[in-house]
Amino acid sequence: MTDSLPGFSLADQHRRTHAFPAGRSALLVFVKEDCPTCNLTMPLIEAAWRAFGAAIDVVAIGQDATGNAALVERHGLTVPMLDDSALKVSYAHDVEIVPTIVLTEASGAPSTRFAGFDKSDWQKLFADLARIAGADEPRIEWSAYPASRPGCGSKSVEPGVAERLAAEASDSRLRARQIELGDREDPFEFMFERGLTDGLPVIPPTPERVARMLAGTRRDAQEVIATVPPNMAPLTIEKVAANSVMAGCKPEYLPVVIAVLEAVCTQEFNIHGVMATTGGATPIIVVNGPIRHRLGMNMKIGVLGSGNRANATIGRAVKLVLRNVGGARPGEIERTALGGPGKYTACYPEWEERSPWEPLHVERGFSREDNVVTVFGLEPGPRLIVDQISRTAHALAGSLGMALEACWHPKLHGYGEVLLVISPEHADTIARDGWTKAQLRNRIQEASARPIRELLRDANAGEGMTLAQFGLTNPSAEQFDQRIPKFRKPENINIIVAGGEAGKFSSVFGGWFSGPMGSMSVSRKIEEVP
Amino acid sequence: MTRIVDPTDERTPLRRALAVRPDRIGGAVALLDIAKPRGDVFLDRVEQRLAQRLPGVTLKRYRKPTFAKPAPEDLLRSIAADNGFVIEALAD
Repeated sequence: MTDSLPGFSLADQHRRTHAFPAGRSALLVFVKEDCPTCNLTMPLIEAAWRAFGAAIDVVAIGQDATGNAALVERHGLTVPMLDDSALKVSYAHDVEIVPTIVLTEASGAPSTRFAGFDKSDWQKLFADLARIAGADEPRIEWSAYPASRPGCGSKSVEPGVAERLAAEASDSRLRARQIELGDREDPFEFMFERGLTDGLPVIPPTPERVARMLAGTRRDAQEVIATVPPNMAPLTIEKVAANSVMAGCKPEYLPVVIAVLEAVCTQEFNIHGVMATTGGATPIIVVNGPIRHRLGMNMKIGVLGSGNRANATIGRAVKLVLRNVGGARPGEIERTALGGPGKYTACYPEWEERSPWEPLHVERGFSREDNVVTVFGLEPGPRLIVDQISRTAHALAGSLGMALEACWHPKLHGYGEVLLVISPEHADTIARDGWTKAQLRNRIQEASARPIRELLRDANAGEGMTLAQFGLTNPSAEQFDQRIPKFRKPENINIIVAGGEAGKFSSVFGGWFSGPMGSMSVSRKIEEVP
Repeated sequence: MTRIVDPTDERTPLRRALAVRPDRIGGAVALLDIAKPRGDVFLDRVEQRLAQRLPGVTLKRYRKPTFAKPAPEDLLRSIAADNGFVIEALAD
């Protein structure tokens, strides 16, 4: 306890200004009016002021203006009662309990500090004060005082207040521009009017809320985690936090949002193309690892739908960052002709415990205990695949293959990545025959394969493939009959298990241009776990 | 009174003036295909018509590797260095 305490300048009940430190010892007592222990203490502060005030700056520091006046009146105080109703001094001095009593040297360095009421602490304090002031101790009726009493919570640590004070403090983590709204301006309407929302209401990112969100990470708020296309804007953790507040995230979701944005803003993922395409694509996020449980994510009934805060707001926060920081606004750089509901949010956990196979992140080289996000540039909405009849893996995988062939266009083969979400009942049917994921993928390739002659552009359906795409100019009948699977390679069929336990359905998120010329899925470990 | 933390990139978009419109077309004209289907069909026709109307002008064909990503810097630089004009076939 050798460093000087933060300086301050506050007015007393007579509007006289008191500065600290002022070149001599000081006794600072932080109090609030509705605290019984503070009221118990007030006569002692007054006595210390009367006995030692000539040599020591004795002040009470009260936490609300009306309460301060009431204390002065109730106890007949002449000791300076400083107005800290803004609570900035209480915050700067780390006051968590009132009364907090601090004795300092002339330099402002503290020599004694205690909180609440303890008779022996006070008796020792009076002895110290007398020694410093070279004065006699006043007569105190110590027998009238209890041995000890707990203090009360300081106003500066009340919920909501602490975050405001943190945001306003000079060492605040917040550096972004702040916008002041007019008194009569509705903050929710303001967010709409300024084009900051996705069309649904957002929570206004007040400095208090952003400061509270930043408690979700230990990383520096000003760390630039990515450059966000299309505007190529630097993305700080603070901006991620502001947009996460808007989306409705809890602070513990923040590390997930950060990891997703780091994955999305890579060369491989090509978020510029994903957002700018006239086709429909959006980042589809899969979450794996124990964090799914810690955040209370829904991986069961309605997993791809609405109703769960973590699922909904993590994906939404990512989209709001892409919009507000990256500049991907529909009608501007975001050019999708149609879009889809996944453009609002698309974040889903895998139900690893219900899957007969290795979860997605383990397939990709992570350990089961790792927390991992994987992002795919896919269609912004799932398509339901119905098969309530198949009872063998072969038959069901055949159905899945036929359904997957319809992605984009049935005649476009040599297709890239999709995300196949298999429900527990479908997974059970496949697992009963002991099939691996590799067998499932191979069967999908087999069931979706078509002869080249059926894939060519024709008058019946203009879209399709060209002979040049197969390296052919004048094909033989045999070459025309060559069967081409839907996917360039079986690994393009990404598979997770999730959903309700009743219902023989699966879903697929169709692809976009995948591979080095388009978007490639990216996995990233979540480094910080709440 | 409410304050909010600005959630945007806080940057004002640059406003660039349009290039001065030249009196005549001379030198080289770049024809850029972004690699969308049938962009080449459009540019073939444009090239044919321009060659008839502007016999003194050199027409140069360029192609992006993929329409799904921004053009590579090298391609942009070489188009800018060697041509006075660009016609881009967006196809969509």
